[in-house]
Amino acid sequence: MVDELPKARIATTSLAGCFGCHMAILDIDERLIELMKLVEIDRSPLTDIKRFRGRCDIGIIEGGCCNEENVEVLRDFRRHCDVLIAMGQCAIMGGLPAMRNAIMHSDEPLRECLEEAYINGRYIRNTTHGIPNDPALPLLLDEVYPCSEVVEIDYQIPGCAPEGDIIFDTLSQLLAGRFRGFERERIKFD
Amino acid sequence: MSGFTFTIDGTEIAAEDGQTIMEAADAAGVYIPRLCDHEGLRHQGGCRVCTVKAGGRSVAACTQPAAPGQTVESETPHITKLRRDLVEMLFHEGNHLCPICEASGNCELQAMAYRLNMTAPTKFPYLEPCRAVDASHPDIALDTNRCISCGRCIRASLDVDGKSVFGYVGRGIHRRVAVNGSDLAHTDAAITDHAVSADVCPVGCIIRKRTGFTTPIGEREFDHGLIGRKIEEKRRG
Repeated sequence: MVDELPKARIATTSLAGCFGCHMAILDIDERLIELMKLVEIDRSPLTDIKRFRGRCDIGIIEGGCCNEENVEVLRDFRRHCDVLIAMGQCAIMGGLPAMRNAIMHSDEPLRECLEEAYINGRYIRNTTHGIPNDPALPLLLDEVYPCSEVVEIDYQIPGCAPEGDIIFDTLSQLLAGRFRGFERERIKFD
Repeated sequence: MSGFTFTIDGTEIAAEDGQTIMEAADAAGVYIPRLCDHEGLRHQGGCRVCTVKAGGRSVAACTQPAAPGQTVESETPHITKLRRDLVEMLFHEGNHLCPICEASGNCELQAMAYRLNMTAPTKFPYLEPCRAVDASHPDIALDTNRCISCGRCIRASLDVDGKSVFGYVGRGIHRRVAVNGSDLAHTDAAITDHAVSADVCPVGCIIRKRTGFTTPIGEREFDHGLIGRKIEEKRRG
């Protein structure tokens, strides 16, 4: 009997994203069974494990960084993962959350964004009339940052969300050590 | 009119006197990437995405006349990287949020990024400028966050429509496309203008109101097949 190869360890997280990319991981469908023969999932919303249990071969990041907790988690992933993948447009370039960086037409876009959301918006019913500032809430960053501006990113899987096929193919090629980039016809930014 | 030949990446191309490298290449079914050039409009040589090496010198294929016996390099790793960097810088210079843009799937900038394989982590900063949206006109809106200053609308308005709705203002990195009035409603722009037709703006800056998101994902122009395939199909016959 041949000894089984040790399984590769994968961790995933969602930072400033909508969990759409994690839903897209589930779009791998029945091939998940095939994939699970090769990998073990460490820290991930899929396992509900909150902290790294060991070193991982691949870390998958959904979403960019909009608050200090995102930065801490992202740095933790970089420390614990050999290969770090930014998955989806938010992780790659900030995505929809990054709209607050520029589209508010203000010198203080973050303040204007919060005031619109909690105080001035026409459809707001906020009995405290204030912007949430509980110490338990992570502090927001001045801007939303793509992952590659915070840590070194090895690969990026484009899409909003990426298709299950491109996620499955990228992961299986990386695990087999034969990832050579994407077919151009399959690159999508939406 | 006399004819001659030259080569692009070793392929012999027939050309006629007065033709640019790109015109001859298009006729021969060899696609050279471009953004500011558009069929039916005068060449500008502004975006430089069509840069090729002709006789060892970098030139814009859309404006450089073809010459007999010329050796042109187009799809080399060096030039492809240069083009990819140019396109990436255009993405970073404005606010290009593909997931929320009605031009997504029909956008030439996005399609060019696909063709040039723009997927690696970026090394350029995002400028994230604050730019205005002009929705004053009843039928047309301008989201200048997405403008890449290609000037196609300027040439279409001036040369085809005989108007001058659009024009350049500013210098250097501050050069922008602006409307010739206090806002679009105060120009003689009309929805029937060639300048505001669906194909002239390569991105989602010129918006025809009440038409967005009508084509489902999967049926848009660049959902299947790379930009330039219509020209390349000519070659396959």
